[in-house]
Amino acid sequence: MTTDQKILIEDHSRRDALRLMAASAATGIFFTNLLGKPAHAQTRPAAPKGRVVVGVTQEPTVFNPLMPHPEVDDSVAFSVFDALFRIDPKGVMVPNLAAEVPTEANGGISADGLNWRIRLRNNARWHDGTPFTAEDVKFTLELIVNPKFRAWRTTGHALVRDIKVISPTEITWRMEQPFAPYLSYLTETFIVPKHILGAVANPNEAPFNQAPVGTGAFKWGKRVAGDHIELTANTSYHGEGPYIERLVFKYIPDMTVMYTQFRSGDIDVAGQAFITPDNYKEASRLPDRAVTLVPAGSVESIYLNLERPQFRDRAVREALYMAIDRQAIIEALYHGVPRLTETFMPTQSFYYKSDLPKQEFSLARATKLLDQAGWKPGPDGIRVKDGVRLSFNNSTTTGNGLREQAQQFIQQTYASIGVEMKILNHPAAVMWGDFWTKSQYDSAMVGITYLIASDPDVSLRFHSRSIVAKGGRGSNNAQYSNPEVDELLDKGARTFDPNARREIYLRVQELIRKDLPFLPLFSSNIVYGRKARIQGFMPNTNTRSESWHAAGWKWA
Amino acid sequence: MVEFLLKRFMQSIVLLVIVSIIGFVVLNLIPGGPIAQYALDSGMTQDDKERIAAQLGLNRPLWVQYLEWAWRLLQGDWGTSFRDGNQVFSVVARHVPATLLLMGSASVIAVSIGTVIGIRGATHRHSVFDYIATVGAMVALSIPTFWFGLVGIYVFSLELGWLPAGNMYTIGDGSVLNHMHHLIMPSVVLALVHIAIWSRFMRAATIDAMGQEFVKTARAKGVSERRVVMKHVVGNALLPMITLAGVQLPSLLTGALVTETVFTWPGMGRLFLDSLSNSDYPVVMGLLMFSALLTIVGNLIADIVVAMVDPRIRLA
Repeated sequence: MTTDQKILIEDHSRRDALRLMAASAATGIFFTNLLGKPAHAQTRPAAPKGRVVVGVTQEPTVFNPLMPHPEVDDSVAFSVFDALFRIDPKGVMVPNLAAEVPTEANGGISADGLNWRIRLRNNARWHDGTPFTAEDVKFTLELIVNPKFRAWRTTGHALVRDIKVISPTEITWRMEQPFAPYLSYLTETFIVPKHILGAVANPNEAPFNQAPVGTGAFKWGKRVAGDHIELTANTSYHGEGPYIERLVFKYIPDMTVMYTQFRSGDIDVAGQAFITPDNYKEASRLPDRAVTLVPAGSVESIYLNLERPQFRDRAVREALYMAIDRQAIIEALYHGVPRLTETFMPTQSFYYKSDLPKQEFSLARATKLLDQAGWKPGPDGIRVKDGVRLSFNNSTTTGNGLREQAQQFIQQTYASIGVEMKILNHPAAVMWGDFWTKSQYDSAMVGITYLIASDPDVSLRFHSRSIVAKGGRGSNNAQYSNPEVDELLDKGARTFDPNARREIYLRVQELIRKDLPFLPLFSSNIVYGRKARIQGFMPNTNTRSESWHAAGWKWA
Repeated sequence: MVEFLLKRFMQSIVLLVIVSIIGFVVLNLIPGGPIAQYALDSGMTQDDKERIAAQLGLNRPLWVQYLEWAWRLLQGDWGTSFRDGNQVFSVVARHVPATLLLMGSASVIAVSIGTVIGIRGATHRHSVFDYIATVGAMVALSIPTFWFGLVGIYVFSLELGWLPAGNMYTIGDGSVLNHMHHLIMPSVVLALVHIAIWSRFMRAATIDAMGQEFVKTARAKGVSERRVVMKHVVGNALLPMITLAGVQLPSLLTGALVTETVFTWPGMGRLFLDSLSNSDYPVVMGLLMFSALLTIVGNLIADIVVAMVDPRIRLA
């Protein structure tokens, strides 16, 4: 890495005391907690005070966390609701509404992975004072798979059977098949109240969806449509905090305007979609502001359609990868903000393989590789083999200036080695419609977050049964098919022990790096900005929101 | 009069139906839809997306969807937003105050200043004032609003700190003074273009009126120039302006998209763009019908007022 990157992940000393990593060596990375109150729910200040305004460039409009929503709505969900568990910035699973994280060791998950028993905390209350019980968990899980309910994601939940409420603090169920990622999925499944949503005829149109009631650190205040959402502190929160009295999410439609308001101090935290790379240098020099680079889960790449004859040959894919000057793109176009990567796994993940072969930018070697593989330059200078010209389209969203420039740069480089890459961009709705999902493109330039709730299971992206164009169900748009990878992915989804899973996914990354269904360009870094006086702000790219732990924020 | 109104009413109904059909068809022809935003969501499977599309009723034939929408509209149900599940009527209505405030104040500024500049330019043709006004109008019309807006924010907010960088009010301080403080820049920036338009129109209309026979007569009678202008010319010059105002009425309530984006003003223009970007069809259709309705009403009011004011005009 040539760029100086300050990556600040603020530590929380109280929490560290609980990171019994020794225990995790025996039981995996799952963190076992004592039943009842966790140690960090201790000293609360006399009264929360102050207000934090978070600017977001997309308006949060969906307040029932079980309904389909984009990332920005999770900022509100994380504050108003709780899930059974949460993932902390280090990737450790911690209990939230549950009293402990279920593992094989504590009997929470049976040896065959099919029977689950979750113990819940007994001191959580809904914002209207009603106690939280296992009935709410049962109601939530059943609502998600209710065909009349417009649910967001059902993967994993659809495998749950026979949910039994043993007591207000204990719930059991059976999985149709062992599915290890479910634990991670539950960290993004917020629990909703049975006594409110269960009482309405049509949960899709319940008043609850406009004024949600949760168990989280903040209560619903009010919404000024098109402008902002105001949440107020829940002083009887069972967990840490909150220390601020009001949390406001301000909708600012334009990213430049949001940065301006960040500069002028109208907003305290720059939230989704954060600060653009071209403003990074200036932002980091602003007085009274803390601007940091935080690794994101998204990887930008040239995504290939492997059914195209040009890409069937591995030598071609390797040569194309070798002919990209990634460093130049990062430095010149993206202001040095992102970082290089060789894999789809985020660099900060427990499952990240750090010793994959590094790409080396070499036009000479790329040329040699193509020559040796039998791709000879034709009369027009473009390489040909068996009647197939090494010419293809590259597509992305129109109007994305940085991507368009990167495309042109790569196009030029490729032309010098006899490869013709044509640029064919579409507006977002067309690009990511059937063109993408049914693999009608040649190659695409795209930024993808491969992991769901930071779980390493990438079956939806790389398993051969996930190819929609061939009748499968999933998002394997590259039409990638490798029987060994299929087997490993199946095994990984059935394995609960994190260390054993790690071995599996390291091997998956190795195979994919060799096969190159996509050519990694870089791993994204997000430019986080906030007022320097805000303490307790912890980025956590294992979650979908910068405000995942607003409960811990306070003004110095 | 009654005959006229009745005829207008029938024409309006036909117009509204045509507008709604065209709008509905074009909207659904645009690729993508409410589900498109989840295209890159790793956790949503094809099954999830198809299920949601079916639950929203999007896979029924287009004419069925249209008829259902139209039938509901006739019963007063404007539909439910795909995004936040609110009634379209309340979604639109919620943004009316902000829009009225911005557009209203911009219009008041534009009309008052534009009229004065226009009249003065016409009565003092080819003077220094006239030339400056003409050039000024061209400049204001040529330079995009967002440029004025961003420069204004840079100078008055970031550098001088006199005015806020945007928003309708400071959260937590909803006082009238605070509102007005926030209103200054956006309404002035927005008014710039409208001042240019009004002044040019007013100038042309005034020149036109001044060339009329009755002005010569008044002057011959010895009426002072000032009285000629104020009493006779301006009145007649304002006639085409009333029609113009009627045409402008819809924009009063449909907002100014660019200004609202630059100044983070929660108006209807912004609502329209957001709904379109997120394929929130019910709200887009609602706004379309609202805008069409306003255009019809605006034109009708303008026609009636002109007929009332100008005895030469009889309503058809």
